[in-house]
Amino acid sequence: MAQGTDAQNNNHNDTITNNVALSPSPSPPPPPLPPRRKPSFGEGHLQVAFQSKPTTAVSSIDISTLSFPDGSRGTFQTSSAKSGSSPLASGYATPRRESLGDLNDSMSVMSFAPTMGGARGDLASLVAGELNKKSRAWNLLRSQSETVPPFDSMRLGASEDLTGFEREFDSIPENTTDDVRLAVWQSKMKHYLILSSAGKPIYSRHGDLSLINSSMGVVQTIISFYQEAKNPLLGFTAGKARFVIATEGPLYFVAISKLGESDAQLRSQLDALYMQILSTLTLPTLKNIFVHRPSTDLRKPLEGTESLLSSLADSFTKGSPSALLGALECLKLRKSQRHSINNIFLKSRAEKLLYGLIVAGGKLVSVIRPRKHSLHPSDLQLIFNMLFASGSVKAGGGESWIPLCLPAFNNRGYLYMYVSFFDRDDSDLGTDNSTANKTTPSIPEEGTPDQYPPVPESSNSSSTTATSAPHNPDEEIAIILISPDKESFFSLKEMRDKLATQLTKTGCLSLIRAAAREGRPKISAICSGAPQVQISHFLYKSRANVQFCMSSLEPFISSSSSSERGPEKASSSSPSSNDSESSSVSVPRRRLMTLYHQLHAAMHAKHNHLKVMHSSEKDAASLAWITPVFEFYCVAGPNVSRQAVTQGASRVIQWAKREEERLFIIGGGVF
Amino acid sequence: MADAGTGPKPSSSVKLVLLGEAAVGKSSLVLRFVNNDFQENKEPTIGAAFLTQKCNLPTRTIKFEIWDTAGQERFASLAPMYYRNAQAALVVYDLTKPTSLIKAKHWVAELQRQASPGIVIALVGNKLDLTNGGSGSEGEDAGGDVENDARKVSTEEAKTYAEEEGLLFFETSAKTGYNVSEVFTAIANAIPETSLKTARGPGAAHAAARTEEQRVNLNGARDPNAKEGCAC
Repeated sequence: MAQGTDAQNNNHNDTITNNVALSPSPSPPPPPLPPRRKPSFGEGHLQVAFQSKPTTAVSSIDISTLSFPDGSRGTFQTSSAKSGSSPLASGYATPRRESLGDLNDSMSVMSFAPTMGGARGDLASLVAGELNKKSRAWNLLRSQSETVPPFDSMRLGASEDLTGFEREFDSIPENTTDDVRLAVWQSKMKHYLILSSAGKPIYSRHGDLSLINSSMGVVQTIISFYQEAKNPLLGFTAGKARFVIATEGPLYFVAISKLGESDAQLRSQLDALYMQILSTLTLPTLKNIFVHRPSTDLRKPLEGTESLLSSLADSFTKGSPSALLGALECLKLRKSQRHSINNIFLKSRAEKLLYGLIVAGGKLVSVIRPRKHSLHPSDLQLIFNMLFASGSVKAGGGESWIPLCLPAFNNRGYLYMYVSFFDRDDSDLGTDNSTANKTTPSIPEEGTPDQYPPVPESSNSSSTTATSAPHNPDEEIAIILISPDKESFFSLKEMRDKLATQLTKTGCLSLIRAAAREGRPKISAICSGAPQVQISHFLYKSRANVQFCMSSLEPFISSSSSSERGPEKASSSSPSSNDSESSSVSVPRRRLMTLYHQLHAAMHAKHNHLKVMHSSEKDAASLAWITPVFEFYCVAGPNVSRQAVTQGASRVIQWAKREEERLFIIGGGVF
Repeated sequence: MADAGTGPKPSSSVKLVLLGEAAVGKSSLVLRFVNNDFQENKEPTIGAAFLTQKCNLPTRTIKFEIWDTAGQERFASLAPMYYRNAQAALVVYDLTKPTSLIKAKHWVAELQRQASPGIVIALVGNKLDLTNGGSGSEGEDAGGDVENDARKVSTEEAKTYAEEEGLLFFETSAKTGYNVSEVFTAIANAIPETSLKTARGPGAAHAAARTEEQRVNLNGARDPNAKEGCAC
């Protein structure tokens, strides 16, 4: 990444100076300048204008190297006489200017970029220079090369860092020697450890605690050594693994990652695990436990939540855009439709209700809340994890009544959450499946106990019909009603029944179902009528709404786990494996997420006020753009020109602005 | 269709609560009873789940309103909320784990002390499929080796205790389905007629009656399936 970023930085500088007259810098008058080759940015208009000249000149490229999907390369002479650039091995011929390479303050240059236009800057004109247009070789080959999807070359060649990622979530074998098990344990790319400050192990994603007890001991020793020196250890690197440590009161959290996340990103993942623990225990309880007995084994009080911690941890390891952006995803609905759902929701509100949510496959459909309370994304992340990623609630069937603490709302006490999933297609007359259901004969229920089939075979066959109707977790719709009153189950249940009746009667339920079935928008659909759009995937976060949307992940999910619905999928996936995206480990998806993590880290690095960043690496081109209104990240094939990427990005952003009220919940129902 | 066929048979709701140590198979028993389904390695219940299932007796229909509670210690303080006004309780232990019977005895004592006086309690030893004492799993029985028998709680021990305390007693396997519906039928039969009339209290039964009509409509898809599972 580092190299790619560098190259991109230079690119970027070129463009900016190309297109924009930089505003004068407020820094003091510069020292006398050496004649050439050492530009600095304190000099204001003149110097900058001067600087921009060679940039344009350089943009013609004498040699382009292009890699093709089959791994071969072609080199082409161009007509340009000037040779000021060195092509990168990326296939994306990137001009590199030595003069800018000298600049140690190039980052601050970049920060000029979009501030000029503010949120409404024209991205294409900022980022996309004339570079590639001038390269004849480029033009000649563009037609073929741009069809290379991102990460394609990686799939063909030796995939360096994600080897074995497919086995990341396999459990460690039990019947072998400790050495073998330890080797398997060490081969995992991501570890999360939680221990008490007294050194008692609490949780580890991989391996039972007996296996890794000694590792825990080492970790505890290291952390407490620095703790005593009043200089807490925050992180360190060992080989390829980055260790990040978070201390929360009596608990130590350790993330060990070979996946290249930034410290800040790993820290926020650890924070989410801490929130999950608080959500189970509340802060005062947690404190009390350790005040009275510092050596308490916290595993007992947390019993049964290991699966929640693990599904949370695994969502990070797979790469969760929601966690990365700290934002929620909503189901795309027409404004009027969402409005009427909100109104029905508000109308059926029970007196004791605090928050009400309708969620389809982890995407928010509707929310109602008191005027003075809003819902924090991190709290919703915990709820969605519990309901959609782990099987704890869903698997049992029926309705659930769950005490939980929403730490961002109030970490001192419990709320009570009523959860009910809509059965697939129940009373939804709009779909084929429901009619199929209607035709199944209703079963007589007056059988005597003697007729109960004691033989598992027959009972199993009937149970499959009961539970595994074609079934895509992305389409599961849940009503979540949260109240501070632990006795309010039946009043909330009544509200749910009222709400469900109304949603069904008004057709809103079918609308939600249809929207959920449609899935995430496809880029081709977003940019229909613009065949030149080359972006493969994007994330768009609306900062004001703390919500994000993204395009369909289909190209990045290996075919075995594609989100296609169908009986064969339902039968192959075990009931506890849930999210269609997460049910099988997809390396391409992780690659995509790794790239997003890198972009995000670069954009959010401290003292690094980046606004736009284009990066071109050997396996993918990417672009990030942050304004006060949104954060945008996209990925394209390695040979897609900067211009094409930015054009695509502009289109998507325009689309997101146009569709804002469909993509995002703005305000929600307030009472 | 079923309801129409049964004609004027009186129907009444019974609130039933499941209690017992974590991982003894409470949810699996309910899942077997309600959906006639079984999930290997089911994740632990969080909080409590509420399910309903009808049980037809020759003279009446019992609609069980089942509270399937989480067994973890931290949820114990919420238990009174679930067994309050309950007419029946299933106290479950794992017959391969002696400590779970001790926990079960604690629950029985708590119920006898604090729950409604007429509550019908059934003691259920689950995971019979792990023993070779004979459940529904004939194949394993043939083996008959002592090491295959994971049973740690003898039938006599539990049965004697159940008789002393006046509990119904069953050994079941939620995995094979053995004896599961029998437990619920026995409970349905054991609930006195009088209690059915008076127990339509303010709690579960009342609220459920109010929403009965919507419920049936909404769960149109689930109910047939559920009925399919229930042959009692």
